[in-house]
Amino acid sequence: MPNYRMHLLVCGGTGCHATKSNVLINELKRVLSEKGLEDEIQVVETGCFGFCEKGPIVKVYPDNVFYIEVQPDDSLEIIEEHIIKGRKLERLLFVEPSLNQKLEEQLDMPFYKKQLRVALKNCGFIDPEDIDEYISTEGYHALGKVLTSMTPDAVIEEIKISGLRGRGGGGFPTGLKWEFTKKSSADQKYIVCNADEGDPGAFMDRSILEGDPHIVLEAMAIAGFAVGASKGYIYIRAEYPLAIQRLSIAIEQARNYGLLGNDIMGTGFDFDVEVDLGAGAFVCGEETALIKSIEGNRGEPLTKPPFPAQSGVWGKPTCVNNVETFANIPAIINKGGHWFKKIGTEKSPGTKVFALAGKINNVGLVEVPMGTTMRDIVFDIGGGIRHGKQFKAVQTGGPSGGCIPYSQIDIPVDYDSLVSIGSMMGSGGLIVLDEDDCMVNIAKFYMEFIIDESCGKCTPCRVGTKRLHEILTKITEGKATEECINHLVELSDTIKDTSLCGLGQTAPNPVLSTISYFLDEYKAHVIDKHCPAGVCEALLSYTVVSENCIGCTACLRACPVNCIKGAPKEIHKIVQSDCIKCGACYDICRFEAIMKK
Amino acid sequence: MSKIKTFAELQEIRKNLENRMSLRKTAGSKDRIVIRVGMATCGIASGARQTMMAILDELQKEHIENVSVSQTGCLGFCDVEPVVEVIIPDKPSILYGKVDEALGREIVTKHIMNGTLLEDIIVSRSFETIK
Amino acid sequence: MYNKGLSQSNFDALGDYIASLPEKKGALMPVLHKAQNLFGYLPKEVQLFICERLDVPTSKIYGVISFYSFFTMKQRGQYVINICMGTACFVRKADDVVKEFEKKLGIKVGETSKNMMYSLEALRCVGACGLAPVVMVNDKIYGHVEKKDVKKILAEQSN
Repeated sequence: MPNYRMHLLVCGGTGCHATKSNVLINELKRVLSEKGLEDEIQVVETGCFGFCEKGPIVKVYPDNVFYIEVQPDDSLEIIEEHIIKGRKLERLLFVEPSLNQKLEEQLDMPFYKKQLRVALKNCGFIDPEDIDEYISTEGYHALGKVLTSMTPDAVIEEIKISGLRGRGGGGFPTGLKWEFTKKSSADQKYIVCNADEGDPGAFMDRSILEGDPHIVLEAMAIAGFAVGASKGYIYIRAEYPLAIQRLSIAIEQARNYGLLGNDIMGTGFDFDVEVDLGAGAFVCGEETALIKSIEGNRGEPLTKPPFPAQSGVWGKPTCVNNVETFANIPAIINKGGHWFKKIGTEKSPGTKVFALAGKINNVGLVEVPMGTTMRDIVFDIGGGIRHGKQFKAVQTGGPSGGCIPYSQIDIPVDYDSLVSIGSMMGSGGLIVLDEDDCMVNIAKFYMEFIIDESCGKCTPCRVGTKRLHEILTKITEGKATEECINHLVELSDTIKDTSLCGLGQTAPNPVLSTISYFLDEYKAHVIDKHCPAGVCEALLSYTVVSENCIGCTACLRACPVNCIKGAPKEIHKIVQSDCIKCGACYDICRFEAIMKK
Repeated sequence: MSKIKTFAELQEIRKNLENRMSLRKTAGSKDRIVIRVGMATCGIASGARQTMMAILDELQKEHIENVSVSQTGCLGFCDVEPVVEVIIPDKPSILYGKVDEALGREIVTKHIMNGTLLEDIIVSRSFETIK
Repeated sequence: MYNKGLSQSNFDALGDYIASLPEKKGALMPVLHKAQNLFGYLPKEVQLFICERLDVPTSKIYGVISFYSFFTMKQRGQYVINICMGTACFVRKADDVVKEFEKKLGIKVGETSKNMMYSLEALRCVGACGLAPVVMVNDKIYGHVEKKDVKKILAEQSN
């Protein structure tokens, strides 16, 4: 094995992949071999560093220097300057906007400072396609420990002590789930890893699978040992090709090492894993629907009970856990349940991974102890709102969650606090909204999503969400009355109470939470026929700003209905009664002389 | 790749791999020692690369993890190439000259491991640069 | 998802794949993925073929295909343009990008151009929210797409 003096870690997550990190890796390797350095410097493709906004990322060890937005063409300079001459490349260092200072070390960055990485500990640190790197970071050690020195009951007890709760959204105690599955007697049981990450704006599970696939395999085997299952399924979205590929490589390597398969580490314990692809149905994130899908059916949810722990895949007891939940297991076994319990809050121990996106400076993947305030996440880690705009709300929990307004921004982020203000943890997507976002329009967006994704099995969800969407559309078009807002609330309550599965029961949350915190905006649409954020087309009017108009006639020629009057070098005028609000004039004007309000 | 048959075997494999990741694991630690090897054209021509490889090899042999080895440009003492600088936190840095492979190994075993300076080949005791 | 046609060799390949399965129970989803990979879409002919080989009623196959948005029964263009409409892309004005593609191609989302060159589709989150708004053309991802980039993206494909 070559004795490397320096490692260059390049992020190979989907985000960075899309910005050509693979080309960068090849280029780095090419330049290194050209300079005869290939035996001194190792280039490693890792999983997601989390700092997706500034990708591709390159981290240099042992110097701990963190470069952002690295292009393939920068390879030569990095190698000549940094590696050969030992000088840092100033121009690729991260500039912290609040300090206006170049930061070279990852830990100096506020983005990383407040984070605590448990589930993501290996993401951006190891090569996910090399099982040896995983093993060298205590990988499969927890599995060895449970197989050689613990009973299944002791394993379950340790998980119960840790207080770990399901990271997929519901927050059900993982230890209890395992215990229920263990108590059901059957000739065959199954472990299922739910990797059907359907929330738009959530990508934490994908990043774990891409960055550290072995951690999930190890945890599934531990779960298998604890509940008495010998087979596991990973149900993953077909939209995640890179994660599927890395997972398949990991499974093969684990089998070759005998860490999956029969008689693992000579203990007589058998466990193997199969990857099943989903096919783009949000409802399959619900565990009973997911099980139906694994069996090759339409993914329609079932009534509970019976719970999967009693009757799941092929009618056998099945334990379904989410990817991030599994990613916490090896650390709990290695360090003990009490260690884990000390992190986070009393009722929500541990950390949570969030996918931070939307109108925020540092889009990316962050992991913080439970109970960290939303303010810390948005303003310290996230670096605040883009383009100096005003914060309006942060949407949590995807289509099942709600919005948190500025007045609630100091809330600690944990399962129970979020539910108490009408939102939910969900899988961990955080979408930050600013003053330019219309809350009615956001609610409408989520309803469109639910209409598409409702499986259609039960009426309140299938028909009710469609009616909600119609009312919201009327509001955004200025055709609604005040009564409509009451209808929305009433209908939402009915859908919540009468739907079968979690998807239906939580579907009205985006509507209810926007009404409760942004009633003013709804009223402005309904009573004043005005969209305060300037989003809802039908409620806008386009006017000419006389001071800026030079009379170039560009807008006049662009208008499809000829409602702009004027002549060359004369200030133009829009005839409001004829305007169809297409925005063509606004788009074409080069002098900011058309105002949209 | 052969199958791992016992837990002990897994632990053994891990131990053997430790070296490989130590570079990354200890990167953030404050007491990190840096060895810089002058590797400009003249340095390389007088055998700096071989010296560096010897140092790397010795470090691995002795399982020393908190030392980074980096290349640097011309240190200015052309007469005594290959030049090696040892920077231990909170101590003045030491510059050695005419370091061949054997002396490179000695730097590791004496200076790094025991704190004994190799008096005979010291070029400068307080080699400061503007940060 | 490039359309590869209903050739005999594709049917043979699918037949071989089904025959190689150790277990037919619960194999419908993997078989459909395989078939769509081979043919590019899942028309009636393919559904009937799977019905026979896998011994699953066509009604069920149709039910499963129509349930999952990833499966398509319509032949798609050579270039499938997927515009991410996840929340992050939505709040960063992905709908403007959709409108621009519709305008430039003269087709609506869900349609394929007459010359079978382009299909326009909306997708729910590829998970590259840092690059929002995101457009995928076949397997290639374009990030931070603005209205003005649409022309460039289309030009790149026809080269």
